[in-house]
Amino acid sequence: MNSTTAFAEERNPTDWQGDAMQKRIRKRYAAERRFKALGLGAIILSAGFLAFLLIVMVGNGLRGFTQTELPVEIDFPAMTGGASASQFEGANAAANLRTLGVRDIVNTSVEIQYGEQGTELFSAGGWQAVSAEILNDPEIVETKTTLYLPAESEIDVAYKGDGSASAEERVAELEDQLSTGFNWNFLSNSDATDPMQVGIWGALKGSLITMFITLIIAFPIGVLSALYLEEYAPKNRFTDLIEVSINNLAAVPSIIFGLLGLAVFLNLFGLPRSAALVGGLTLALMTMPVIVISGRNAVKAVPPSIREAALGIGASQMQVVFHHVLPLALPGILTGTIIGMARALGETAPLLMIGMRAFIATPPSGIVEPATVLPVQIFLWSDEVNRGFVEKTSAAIIVLLLFLLTMNALAIYLRNRFETRW
Amino acid sequence: MTQLSDSANSIESPTMTESTAPAISAGDGPLKMTTRNVDVFYGEKQAIKDVSIDVTMDNVTAFIGPSGCGKSTFLRCLNRMNDTIPIAKVTGDITLEGEDIYAPQMDVVQLRARVGMVFQKPNPFPKSIYDNIAYGPRIHGLASNKDELDNIVETSLQRAGLWGEVQDRLQDSGTALSGGQQQRLCIARAIAVDPEVILMDEPCSALDPIATAKIEELIHELRGKYAIVIVTHNMQQAARVSQRTAFFHLGTLVEYGVTSDIFTNPTEEKTRDYITGRYG
Repeated sequence: MNSTTAFAEERNPTDWQGDAMQKRIRKRYAAERRFKALGLGAIILSAGFLAFLLIVMVGNGLRGFTQTELPVEIDFPAMTGGASASQFEGANAAANLRTLGVRDIVNTSVEIQYGEQGTELFSAGGWQAVSAEILNDPEIVETKTTLYLPAESEIDVAYKGDGSASAEERVAELEDQLSTGFNWNFLSNSDATDPMQVGIWGALKGSLITMFITLIIAFPIGVLSALYLEEYAPKNRFTDLIEVSINNLAAVPSIIFGLLGLAVFLNLFGLPRSAALVGGLTLALMTMPVIVISGRNAVKAVPPSIREAALGIGASQMQVVFHHVLPLALPGILTGTIIGMARALGETAPLLMIGMRAFIATPPSGIVEPATVLPVQIFLWSDEVNRGFVEKTSAAIIVLLLFLLTMNALAIYLRNRFETRW
Repeated sequence: MTQLSDSANSIESPTMTESTAPAISAGDGPLKMTTRNVDVFYGEKQAIKDVSIDVTMDNVTAFIGPSGCGKSTFLRCLNRMNDTIPIAKVTGDITLEGEDIYAPQMDVVQLRARVGMVFQKPNPFPKSIYDNIAYGPRIHGLASNKDELDNIVETSLQRAGLWGEVQDRLQDSGTALSGGQQQRLCIARAIAVDPEVILMDEPCSALDPIATAKIEELIHELRGKYAIVIVTHNMQQAARVSQRTAFFHLGTLVEYGVTSDIFTNPTEEKTRDYITGRYG
């Protein structure tokens, strides 16, 4: 009996079948169901937002890839006074085309067909399509031919069903003649004042060059920093400080990097404004901490036994790093790099700071040429008053998203490739 | 027993003096490695206190002792693997063929090639079996052409008793082998760089009894070709594979001698208690 006196009082036997217990079980089930429903709701909500965004973007944006066209009959033999096709072949083609005066020929033809005010129906730069057509197929200058030229922006918007009342009226008059064609210009042109003439190529090329510069600066520096900090650097207060600083750097708002780029690259080094080089360098500053952090984590995740194995048969520290640690860490490093690059690709604010908001009508031909990039182009177009730019903005967003998807797909491909090699 | 009783075959290090603590000599066979008055500190904590042991060519030397007694720490001094731990500090004299391995002019990379190591957990590189073996010879430039390298790979695998099992799938990943095969692959990898000493840090602790038996058999066959030092938790294993046994306790070397003597007639009370299973 003495041993049982240690318990203050006897416990009542637990009633597992009792009402109180059953109630508790029901409450537990209800809580589980509630949690599941909440989670599902959250997923549905976010999927809904995403679907809404995509549908609106794609719905608007796809129209940006098309243009409304009007037929123009051009009687080349009569207009040119008998130019021959051979003039527009070979080296002198461009010069001869200039003396030909395509613009006047087109305008005259339009006035004959659509009356005095006919030219107002057409996009101001539409005649350039005729020049391109002649260079493409010189034979047409010897014939009477009908070409489809882009209509004026308001008509274009109205024909696509989103225009002003006056434009709608004109569309109703021309209904029989209007048609829709794929806007090839959008893929090959750069910024313009006329929404019918704008294109994404300049911004896309600018983005490509900028990203390339960002990658070649940020990737090696980031990876080498990560490797050094993990594999070589002594662990002391100084390296702790560096680690904290890098983590903080990754959280610095991007516009501050823009100011830094402005102060350092433009003012100190005197690099040209609005250049892809400066944009790339600025974005590299921003991307580097991300690569360092993900790189360090990837390097840290390489099992120490691999390092020991290599050291144990007499590999030098560098051989351990480059033969074993880096290949094993590479998939992780690449993932981090792509995340950083994707962020840099969508970045607008720092690039505005270094002057990349200028109107650039020609694609950049080098790293120090004035350039613009996709997100800045989207920002600029979204500011335009002309309604024609709305769909162009959406179309540019589609191009940007496709660019991002391509980058991510590449990252996944690279990661899988390196992983299966082992 | 006096120090260096077999000095006819040994090469005396100039740093080694007769007045150092009595080395517990291993007796016969050419001396390969000597250690005198070795202390190891991890920061403030002393992990090894004044250990002096000789490793001979012809004998397998086993280090036994309870967990945390410092036997692995001491083993890792022999090829300077402790260098990778920033807070570890080693004092005393350790020589390989009379050369002080902690001397400034000693190239640690070459030392680790000469004193190979096999770890507790099999750790093949995530590469093909062939590349696992060929890696060491490649980085040390031991083969001048493909045929030589092939030959090194084949003989290393044969010596490790793995050739018959893997000769048809040399391009398969080394990590796809079974645990015991992986450990023999690691032994073959160590052999491939033509070491003089092979250190084994509890090589069988992650293996089943059959794989363990194969490794033990392998140690028997490698004896004499390489000086072998093995750390083991398993006293029966020490009794089976070794000719010399060192018993460590709390960082000190309690007893070192001929294995059969240690197991049947230990001079120290602590050794007797450990061997009879009183603690550890």
